[in-house]
Amino acid sequence: MTDTPIAHVNTARRSSLAGAFVPTKIYRSPQFGALIAAVGVYVFFAVVAGPNGFLTPAATAGWVNATAELALIAIPVGVLMISGEFDLSVGSVVGASSITVALGSTVLGLPLPLVIIAALGVGALTGLVNGLIVNATRLPSFIVTLASNFILLGLALGLSRVLAGVSTVSVTFDEPWSTLFASTFFDLNVTVVWCLVVGLVAYWVLAHTRMGSWIYATGGNLDGAIKAGVPTNRVRLTLFIASGLGAALVGVLQAGLYHSGNAVQGQGFVFQAPIVAVIGGVLLVGGYGSVQGIVLGAITYGVVSIGLFYTGWTSDWLSAFIGGLLIIAVLANDAIRKSALKSGGRTRAPRARTKEGL
Amino acid sequence: MSTAPIPVLELEHVGKSFGGTHALTDATIGVFAGEVHCLLGDNGAGKSTLIKVMSGIHQPTSGRVLIDGVETPLVSARFAQDRGIATVHQDVGMIPLMSVARNFFLGRELTRGRGPFRRIDMKRAREISLEHVRSMGIRRVHDADQMVGTLSGGERQALAIARAMYFGAKVLILDEPTSALGVKEASIVLKQIEVARSRGLGVVFITHNASHALAIGDRFTVLIQGRVAAAWTRGERSRNDVLDLMAGGEVVDDLFEKVTGEAAS
Repeated sequence: MTDTPIAHVNTARRSSLAGAFVPTKIYRSPQFGALIAAVGVYVFFAVVAGPNGFLTPAATAGWVNATAELALIAIPVGVLMISGEFDLSVGSVVGASSITVALGSTVLGLPLPLVIIAALGVGALTGLVNGLIVNATRLPSFIVTLASNFILLGLALGLSRVLAGVSTVSVTFDEPWSTLFASTFFDLNVTVVWCLVVGLVAYWVLAHTRMGSWIYATGGNLDGAIKAGVPTNRVRLTLFIASGLGAALVGVLQAGLYHSGNAVQGQGFVFQAPIVAVIGGVLLVGGYGSVQGIVLGAITYGVVSIGLFYTGWTSDWLSAFIGGLLIIAVLANDAIRKSALKSGGRTRAPRARTKEGL
Repeated sequence: MSTAPIPVLELEHVGKSFGGTHALTDATIGVFAGEVHCLLGDNGAGKSTLIKVMSGIHQPTSGRVLIDGVETPLVSARFAQDRGIATVHQDVGMIPLMSVARNFFLGRELTRGRGPFRRIDMKRAREISLEHVRSMGIRRVHDADQMVGTLSGGERQALAIARAMYFGAKVLILDEPTSALGVKEASIVLKQIEVARSRGLGVVFITHNASHALAIGDRFTVLIQGRVAAAWTRGERSRNDVLDLMAGGEVVDDLFEKVTGEAAS
C-alpha cells in the first residue's frame, strides 16, 4: 500500500517530459484523421485533375462553395451526433425552407424578412418536434427523424401543389436580403461567410462552454451525465433545434442564390451530413468529435465532388469514392480513439517505456 | 459511547418494503464524522436498499432519517446530495472519452466571462482537479487533459471521491468500491477511504470482503435478510466472529475456509 509512490513518481517524471511533446496530442485528437483525409484527397485531385483546371480560382471557389453549404448542415448535425443523436430530417427541412421562402414571397406576396423568418421557423419547429419526441419517448432519433423527414417532405410538396400548382417556385431577393443570402464575391457564395460564423460559434460552444461539456457527457455516458446533474433533455432539444435551423438557413440561401424554391431539394443532405461528420472524426455512437473535424470532413467531401468533375471522369464514380472514404474514415477514427484511450493517455511516452522492456 | 457525538447521518428504525416484500426492517445505523462505517452482508441482505435510503433514492416506509441529529427526510437524490451526502457507485459514472478536468467539474463547471463569452475556466479546472486527484494518492495522473478512459478502476474511484469531497460532501457512501478490483487496486481504494476519513468525512463502506472491512473500519453493521444482525465498533469482535456473521451466522468450517481463501486472494 505504501510502496507504490516510488514507482509512480518515476513514471510521472518521465511522462511529464513526454507531455511537452505536442505531436502526440495532435495525432490523438478527433480531427487528425479528417486532416489527413482532406489533405490526401486535395493532393490526389491536384495531381490527377490539376492539369484540367482543378487548381484554378473558379474550381477552388467551386469546392469551397460546396464545402460551405455542406458544412452549414453538417456542423449542427455532427454536434448533435456527439450528443448521441441523429437528425435525418435535415434533407426535407432544406426543401421546406426554400419552398416556404418562394411560396411566401412570390405566390402569397409577403415581405421577404417575414418569409425568411418563417422558413427558419420551419427548421426550428421541426427540430423542436424531433427533440420533444425523442426526449419524451426515448425512441432512437434515427427512426424519429427519418419519419419526420418523410412527413415534412410530403407536407412541403403537398402544400406547394395546393398553393402554386407546382413544386418549384421562382423567387427574387431584394436588398438588403440579397446581400445577406444571395450574394457572390469572386465566385464565392455568401454561404461561406455564414459557414464561418456558424463554425466559429459551434467551435466556441463545444470547446469552451459548459454546454460543450454537457454535449460530450450526454453522448459519452448518458447515465453518468444525468447523475452529475447535466440537463440532458435540454441539451438534446437545443441541438435538435440548432440542426433544424442550420438546414433551414441552407434552404434560404439556396432560394436566394438559385432564385427558386423547390420542395424536394436537399434530400442528398440526409446522408451527406452524417457521412461528413464521421469522416470528420465524430464517433457514430456519440461522445467524441470536434467542429474542426466536421469542417475538414466537409472539405474532403467538397474536394472529392468537385475534383471528380475536373478529372473528366463521369460523376458516376462519386458515390463509390465517398463510400470508400467513409470506410477508411471509420477505421481510422476507431484506431485514433483507441490510441487516445491507451493507458496513460496522450502524455505517456510509449517509446521510452518499450525501450526499457516494460 | 456515553459522550457519543451526534452522527452526521443516522437512520432510526428504518423500514422499507416494496409491495409485500420487506427489503429492510427496523434498521438503525449511525454514520459519524471521521469514521468508516462498514456495511456488511451477503447479496440480497438489504445493503443496496439501505444505501438507496441513505442517498435519497428510496424513501423509507417507516422510521426516521437524521442529519446532524435533526430529522431530515431525504426526499430525492438531489436533496441528499445538496446536504452533503455523496454516493459513489461501482461504475463511478465517469465519461470515459472526456478529460479528467471536465469530468471533475461536470455539471458544476467553473466559468469566467459574461453573456455569450461565458466560458469554462479550464486553467483553474485543470489545476484544481489535478491537485485533488493527486492528494488522493493517485500519482500516475499528472495531466488533467488525460481522458478518464485511460485511468484504472481505482484511479476513477479516486477521481469520484476527490470530486465529492471538493464539492463539500460530509458523508461518502461507497458502494462495493473494491469488489471488482484486484489486490493492488483495492489497496489504492482503501487508502482513499483513509484519506476521506482523515479529512473528517463520515464514510459508509459497503463490501462483502471481510479483510477490506477489517483493515479500515471503525464501526461495523451486518445485515441479514433486511435486519441488522450485528453492530459493533472496532476491536469488539474477533476476525472469526466477523467471518461467521458474514456467512449468514452459520458456523461452517468449509464455508469459513472458502471465505478466508477468497479474502486472501
